Amino acid sequence: MRYLPLSDIDRQQMLAKVGVADIDELFADVPSGKLLKDLPNLPLMVGEMAVEQRMSQLAACNLSAGEAKGFFVGAGAYRHHVPATVDHLIQRSEFLTAYTPYQPEISQGTLQVLFEFQTQVALLTGMEVANASMYDGSTATAEAVLMARRVTRRKKAIVSGNLHPHYRDVVKNMEHFSGGDLMLCDPAYDGAEDLAALIDEETACVVVQTPDFYGNLHNYTRLAQAAHAKKALLIVVVTEIVSLGALKSPGEMGADIVVAEGQSLGCGLDFGGPYVGLFAIRQKYIRQMPGRLCGKTVDVDGQQGFVLTLSTREQHIRREKATSNICTNSGLMALAFSIHMTLLGEKGLRGLADLNHGAAAQLAEKLTAIKGVELVTKRFFNEFTLKLPKPASEVVEALAEQKILAGVPVSRLLPENEDGQNLLVVAATEMVSAAQSDLFAKVLKEVLA
Amino acid sequence: MSMNRQGRQTQPNEKSDGSQTQSTHSGNRGLQIEEPLLFELGDTTTTGVDLPKLPDSDHDNATRFGDLARSEPIGLAGLSEPETMRHYVRLSQKNYSIDTGIYPLGSCTMKHNPRLNEKMARLPGMMDIHPLQPQSTVPGAIELMEELAHWLMELTNMQAIALSPKAGAHGELCGMMAIKAAHEHAGDSHRNIVLVPDSAHGTNPATAALIGYKVRSVPAQSDGTVTAASVKEALDENVAAIMLTNPNTGGVFEREIVEIAELIHEAGAYFYCDGANFNAIAGKVRPGDLGVDAMHFNLHKTFSTPHGGGGPGSGPVVLSRRLAPFAPYPFLQREGETAKLVENSADHAGDDHHPFGRMTAFHGQWGMYTRALTYMRSHGVDGLRQASEDAVLNANYVRACLSGHMSLAFGEDHICMHEVLFDDAFLKGTGVTTLDFAKAMIDEGFHPMTVYFPLIVHGAMLVEPTESESKASLDQFIHVMIALTKQAKEGQSEHFSSAPVFTPRGRLDETGAARKPILRWLPEKEMSTE
Repeated sequence: MRYLPLSDIDRQQMLAKVGVADIDELFADVPSGKLLKDLPNLPLMVGEMAVEQRMSQLAACNLSAGEAKGFFVGAGAYRHHVPATVDHLIQRSEFLTAYTPYQPEISQGTLQVLFEFQTQVALLTGMEVANASMYDGSTATAEAVLMARRVTRRKKAIVSGNLHPHYRDVVKNMEHFSGGDLMLCDPAYDGAEDLAALIDEETACVVVQTPDFYGNLHNYTRLAQAAHAKKALLIVVVTEIVSLGALKSPGEMGADIVVAEGQSLGCGLDFGGPYVGLFAIRQKYIRQMPGRLCGKTVDVDGQQGFVLTLSTREQHIRREKATSNICTNSGLMALAFSIHMTLLGEKGLRGLADLNHGAAAQLAEKLTAIKGVELVTKRFFNEFTLKLPKPASEVVEALAEQKILAGVPVSRLLPENEDGQNLLVVAATEMVSAAQSDLFAKVLKEVLA
Repeated sequence: MSMNRQGRQTQPNEKSDGSQTQSTHSGNRGLQIEEPLLFELGDTTTTGVDLPKLPDSDHDNATRFGDLARSEPIGLAGLSEPETMRHYVRLSQKNYSIDTGIYPLGSCTMKHNPRLNEKMARLPGMMDIHPLQPQSTVPGAIELMEELAHWLMELTNMQAIALSPKAGAHGELCGMMAIKAAHEHAGDSHRNIVLVPDSAHGTNPATAALIGYKVRSVPAQSDGTVTAASVKEALDENVAAIMLTNPNTGGVFEREIVEIAELIHEAGAYFYCDGANFNAIAGKVRPGDLGVDAMHFNLHKTFSTPHGGGGPGSGPVVLSRRLAPFAPYPFLQREGETAKLVENSADHAGDDHHPFGRMTAFHGQWGMYTRALTYMRSHGVDGLRQASEDAVLNANYVRACLSGHMSLAFGEDHICMHEVLFDDAFLKGTGVTTLDFAKAMIDEGFHPMTVYFPLIVHGAMLVEPTESESKASLDQFIHVMIALTKQAKEGQSEHFSSAPVFTPRGRLDETGAARKPILRWLPEKEMSTE
């Protein structure tokens, strides 16, 4: 087997040195009868060529975004152009095949990247500090609610109806099992939701999203004030991080915790993962923050260096008293995010944001020119919701037959919402050409006719 | 010439061990190049991408966003493409990696990462598909998930699977949620205790506590294992589950695991197995045959997906028949010829599933599924068994060769599985600590083993060579370990306490970092006002 360096002669010599005649003597602690004699019923070893053929067959059965005649799917994962440099650099052996920087003297590369990443995330979100990343946006949101409960010593979380339904489900699940008290609001598709009146002395946090799941943009400054008046925290979720190149940051609005999905920069679509969760807070809450943190320090010779720090919050030290059970970040995706952000710089990010909004605005115009199609979202970034004259899932399937991936029917995530059956969430990034938008409009018109 | 507080010179022309090196004008030393922070190199007007022109439009974006338009500068530094390349290549060169050399980090399983995995994960039909495009357009993805699920269930003889957990600890959480859901379903909500051996990974008690369980510790024997008798003593009608790692964190197979499973089941509780060390037994032992109810895999450990400097992980959980109905969304379901992903309650109305909820948005760490399946297909089941055997053989070879030099935590004659545990008894009286010893290994060009874990052993050193090391590589490692041991016993403690010296940085001040945390870069004027 090509991945195994030991030869049979090596194995014999090594068994002799260990003092056993047969490898199974080293499995002597396995209870009797439990050591398999026969192999499980699975395929046997094959060469690289055969594996490549099989995996390519599977890949070929999927309609990739690049192969589609138009791609307008978003809803928490966006198709952006990732520069070739990003993928090359993250495949450097020293990044790809290193682990958690437990030994900082031989991990300064990873550590400096994390320090720079934390700075980028703090700047983007307008917050004071950020951690070294979380699994993804949805799990980061659930961790943010747990953190707000620790900070406020209260149990109630108010969750916006316009939070991504999967995020809502992840929060709901975590709160169910961890003994939280959740108030889940119904969606307001056009963004007309006001949660301020719901906040009371029992409220730990309010969880809102902008741009929200339906694409609506929000100014949460007043909501932040209302939360702070009751000593509750405002958690702002961002699922499209590129929007922060054009929009006021949640930090400026007064958010206490900002969680975001960083997939848009560096990650690709990857059928939902691995992505990278961003988590940024006000400095005063630092000891209640989940996840890894990298900090600056000096070495014995006084030279600047970096280490993982504040690990007394973490499970390997605190065990059942830890702030979270998490023991990894999303290191490689954080690296990809950071490299992509470095290539863009502030200038590139702003330009990219403008392109995205431009593409979406043009698409919205073309689609709403079709009879019976209404724009539900009044103010949007690169994604908006349409009300169609037919169930959206049927329309999406009909368009998919013509290799146009038209967006996400609200009913796919919220099947129980009767009033959402005809709603379609549509995204357009810098990857969408004018010709693709035109084709989408043309075919949609035919399908609705 | 400036000195630090220990009276050591701070300039790079004399290293802290007193050896002389030539000073340079740049501060660099040959291939070791000093690299400033991104924010010291770049500025907000530089970019390394050329974007297309904005499409013609009547809209002025800024006015369209009104009060929501970003008006203040963000402060994000950019670099041109060649500067970006150099910045990250130079940083990468300050890292040790599996591709550099042996990385015997016990419990973390730093095995070779085949590049075929990376290539397959980047096929457009794998990489460039969206989790919410219609399922009818991704039959290959669903078939791949089914195939991965089949391999994982066959290897373990388990009946159901949740692929979606994002990492090992997330998999533990998923398994324990399934257990809690099963108790709730049966009206057994009074069960509020989880048994956790004191040798367990810290994530086990943290996970149990997170979902409201009280943790009851079960003591380990002198060889790190848990006995049926001690489990029996800890059991009562309030116990919901036991969380047991097998092989355990000391690298020993739990000999009484079958009796323990029987006791747990008789008491109406469930058996959660931490599968972090499944790489020792894949193809050799099936956890389902031992009475396990739930077990997570770490695809990045057993199935070679890259560790990436600390993630992404991927932690699918296999479940027994009793826990199968409680598997979370999304789950795979077959209807005749076609399989589908069940994403919510409307997709399986009226059947006997009671999913406990959802662990994450979308479908989990897909990119790791493709890599893991590529690895499994490459090995085949015979190759997986051989890999387990080689991992166990390599660890025992290290054990046998270092026996009599370093101190084996469980005695000289105790066989181990895929990793071998030493304590610091052999360093007694030398003035050298486990940490010092690890740092001296760095100067020898090795990544140290896991140190100070598991907690049940004093000054623990947990060595996991993995199957990826050749005999020649192990012989060199063993040779150096013996030489270092000799050096320590000869009283050369200074050699250890000053290590490492051949690294881009010497030992770092971790206490100072935690006392006054600096967690981001700030412009100098803001720094000085803090």
